[in-house]
Amino acid sequence: MAIEIEKPSSVRLSKVAISKTHGEDSPYFAGWKAYDENPYDEIHNQSGVIQMGLAENQVSFDLLEKYLEEHHEVSSWGKGAPGFRENALFQDYHGLKSFRQAMANFMEQIRGGKAKFDPDRIVLTAGATAANELLTFILADPGDALLVPTPYYPGFDRDLRWRTGVKIVPIHCNSSNNFQITPEALEAAYQSAESMDLKVRGVLITNPSNPLGSTIQSSVLNDILDFAVHKNIHLVSDEIYSGSTFSPSEFVSIAEILRNRNYKDAERVHIVYSLSKDLGLPGFRVGTIYSYNDDVVTTARRMSSFTLISSQTQHLLACMLSNHEFTQNYIKTNRERLNKRYDMIIQGLKKAGIECLKGNAGLFCWMNLSPLLNEPTRQGELELWNIILNQVKLNISPGSSCHCSEPGWFRVCFANMSEQTLRVALQRIHKFMEQRKVCSVNQ
Amino acid sequence: MVAMSKIATGNGHGENSPYFDGWKAYETNPFHPTERPEGVIQMGLAENQLCFNLIKNWLIKHPEASLCTPQGVNKFKETALFQDYHGMPEFRQAVAKFMGKVRGDRVKFDPDRIVMSGGATGAHEMVAFCLADPGEAFLVPTPYYPGFDRDLKWRTGVELVPVNCESYNNFKITRNALEAAYVKAQEANLRVKGLLITNPSNPLGTILDRDTLKSMVRFINDKNIHLIGDEIYAATVFMEPEFVSISEIIEEEDVECNRDLIHIVYSLSKDMGFPGFRVGIVYSYNDSVVSCARKMSSFGLVSSQTQHLIASMLSDGEFVDNFITENKELLFKRHKYFTWSLSQVGIGCLKGNSGLFIWMDLRKLLKEKTFAAEMELWRVIINEVKLNVSPGSSFHCEEPGWFRVCFANMDDHTMKVALLRIRTFVLKNNEAMVPLKLCRPSSLKLSLSRSLSRRMEAPGIMSPHSPLPQSPLVRART
Repeated sequence: MAIEIEKPSSVRLSKVAISKTHGEDSPYFAGWKAYDENPYDEIHNQSGVIQMGLAENQVSFDLLEKYLEEHHEVSSWGKGAPGFRENALFQDYHGLKSFRQAMANFMEQIRGGKAKFDPDRIVLTAGATAANELLTFILADPGDALLVPTPYYPGFDRDLRWRTGVKIVPIHCNSSNNFQITPEALEAAYQSAESMDLKVRGVLITNPSNPLGSTIQSSVLNDILDFAVHKNIHLVSDEIYSGSTFSPSEFVSIAEILRNRNYKDAERVHIVYSLSKDLGLPGFRVGTIYSYNDDVVTTARRMSSFTLISSQTQHLLACMLSNHEFTQNYIKTNRERLNKRYDMIIQGLKKAGIECLKGNAGLFCWMNLSPLLNEPTRQGELELWNIILNQVKLNISPGSSCHCSEPGWFRVCFANMSEQTLRVALQRIHKFMEQRKVCSVNQ
Repeated sequence: MVAMSKIATGNGHGENSPYFDGWKAYETNPFHPTERPEGVIQMGLAENQLCFNLIKNWLIKHPEASLCTPQGVNKFKETALFQDYHGMPEFRQAVAKFMGKVRGDRVKFDPDRIVMSGGATGAHEMVAFCLADPGEAFLVPTPYYPGFDRDLKWRTGVELVPVNCESYNNFKITRNALEAAYVKAQEANLRVKGLLITNPSNPLGTILDRDTLKSMVRFINDKNIHLIGDEIYAATVFMEPEFVSISEIIEEEDVECNRDLIHIVYSLSKDMGFPGFRVGIVYSYNDSVVSCARKMSSFGLVSSQTQHLIASMLSDGEFVDNFITENKELLFKRHKYFTWSLSQVGIGCLKGNSGLFIWMDLRKLLKEKTFAAEMELWRVIINEVKLNVSPGSSFHCEEPGWFRVCFANMDDHTMKVALLRIRTFVLKNNEAMVPLKLCRPSSLKLSLSRSLSRRMEAPGIMSPHSPLPQSPLVRART
């Protein structure tokens, strides 16, 4: 038996390691625990918690499986695995050319050809999580700030801040105008940062928005770009849900805005993308950074060494996404199915007396439960959330975990389950609302 | 112009090192046995290409290991959705088992201590983020892998302080050297948080003996600092003495060790030859580090598609046993042939028993004992002999004249061509060389053609700062 010495006050880990900026203490993740402990199953656990806090896209897997069944020779390494060696050795941080080409094409198709992408400007990272962190390392110094419109994806608190030491200053948006980003809000955020002695290095938007489930309008995108130009800062557009817009015409990418301006001011613009949502492949860790700035591309590429995409995965996806017929069909069908799901949940919620923000994209809807709050505060929201989690047994995400400035909003995912499960979830909500009506009548 | 961060605009990416310079020469004129037989042979890339036949045979027999085949596609959906940063249990179990087998089953690894990362590159950065604050330091014995300067320092702000090792005792890491480095750090106002060792060593191709390992463990416990053991070449030990892992040392009777200080970095890039698959592992005996690293691994998870493949492959005990044995045999043969051929022309190497390279001694070919002379010799080797080898200075070696030469990233034919070129070069220079004591300064120069010396002065070729149009990390073409 080895001798273990009495541990002295054990040697301290880094400040980053000790900090809570990983964000896992947020209720966003606490709900998952309840789900993990008692997960709903259509057959084996019908009273379990239904996971509606995970923005996954499970509606189009059959299309992917069909592709693989029809093309397995090409996408695996073929009979006798002739390409295996080359693939296993390929660690060039430029990434497989065929894969970058396929990604560029895919991104163009999603935007209906209204923007063009140069494969040599595509930098590969292991997921959008890595892409956002990497860009932050490149665009800002520790202690600097990025402006992010609220409500925003809770993961940004970790991705943009944890290891980078960069701060997030919120651009407050509210329901009075459907949470749109206004020039006044942008300016107010900038001033707020200045008053805290923080140097603002950029604005980071998510378009389509998570958690709102809506696209940003063209005029707003122009305002944001003008603001970035005026302040001489960067603009990062996370377009991870671009392929999940229900109707292709409703999504306008920052790439189109730039094209309309003849790429003037493009060197401050960077786009983040991933296949985790549109293609439903979060496990494969496929993220990209597309930058119009050569220095950013070069540096990002070097930094991607820490987080490259497995060449095995690059190979598979290069095959799949170079198949034009497949991608056309996939994009179209995926949109239709998501639209159908969205309609289903909106109608269902409406029947239960619940309103949502008008959405047109994403894997979730932004539900308004503010009329149900005991008090119009974050506390009131968390109390309601607890009831929904533990009594109604639905894991949904409270708006406060998305830094929403108005209490009572909740993000509800609808694409990570079967239609049957969604129906069960809606039934539970309906029942819950009925019971509350009875209670309030009796009071 | 809108500015980037200091990290982005600085040189922390490390690509200005001569380590990457030789790649440019290779890239503009890569050797090909038939299409470009006069091209530069890549000997600066530590890749293991010797075992692919074994692996391919396994893949053909196990189509279910791929998600793309009819036999594997039923696992596609659940794998594609799996993004849990704990990693697939089967993957962790298979990797733990593999790591144990590589160490002759003398130790067991706990699958729950295995944390994924984006290759060992990602693993090292992640460990640095966990253990040290910006401005703090790790001690690293020289010579060391040039990538450490980027991996440990670039985005973390951590410093590296070299522990000087010298050829007189075969670059052994002595307690004195460790102490001296520690003091030097303190004098520079750097707080030391850990010691990073690579065992088997890159670039030396040697393993650490038991006494040295124990001495290190004592040292880090005395100073209450971490020990990070990069064991990425663990399965490449092809000859006696047998590999001793840090994981074995801490289990020994007479070793007192706070296990919270011990962390291992691993990867499948070298042992298996899968650098493209980005399978990096952090194995820590410290629960807090495991927990923190696991959260950080979100920034560099292993593709679930790859986890699935590796889980299948490495849980096949028979395949693994065969692989480990065959890998050693092929490396042994290659190494033996290589070192023997070099010795035939009077070129010695550090006596090594592991790794994918040899540490070649060209001190006597230097016109003077300086790094400038080493660089000059290196340029000749690249441009005249047409071999991309790595100069010792890029590994922070304290003595000029040493070169790392990789031998496992090419086929037999290419190896023979490379050896022939070395042989020709050495014999040619033996004629030109004059014994030191009889020479006048001018005749100390290696024989260089006029055109070559003009080329050496031309801008763009010699500047170590010329930006690379492409990644130095290109795939080897044999």
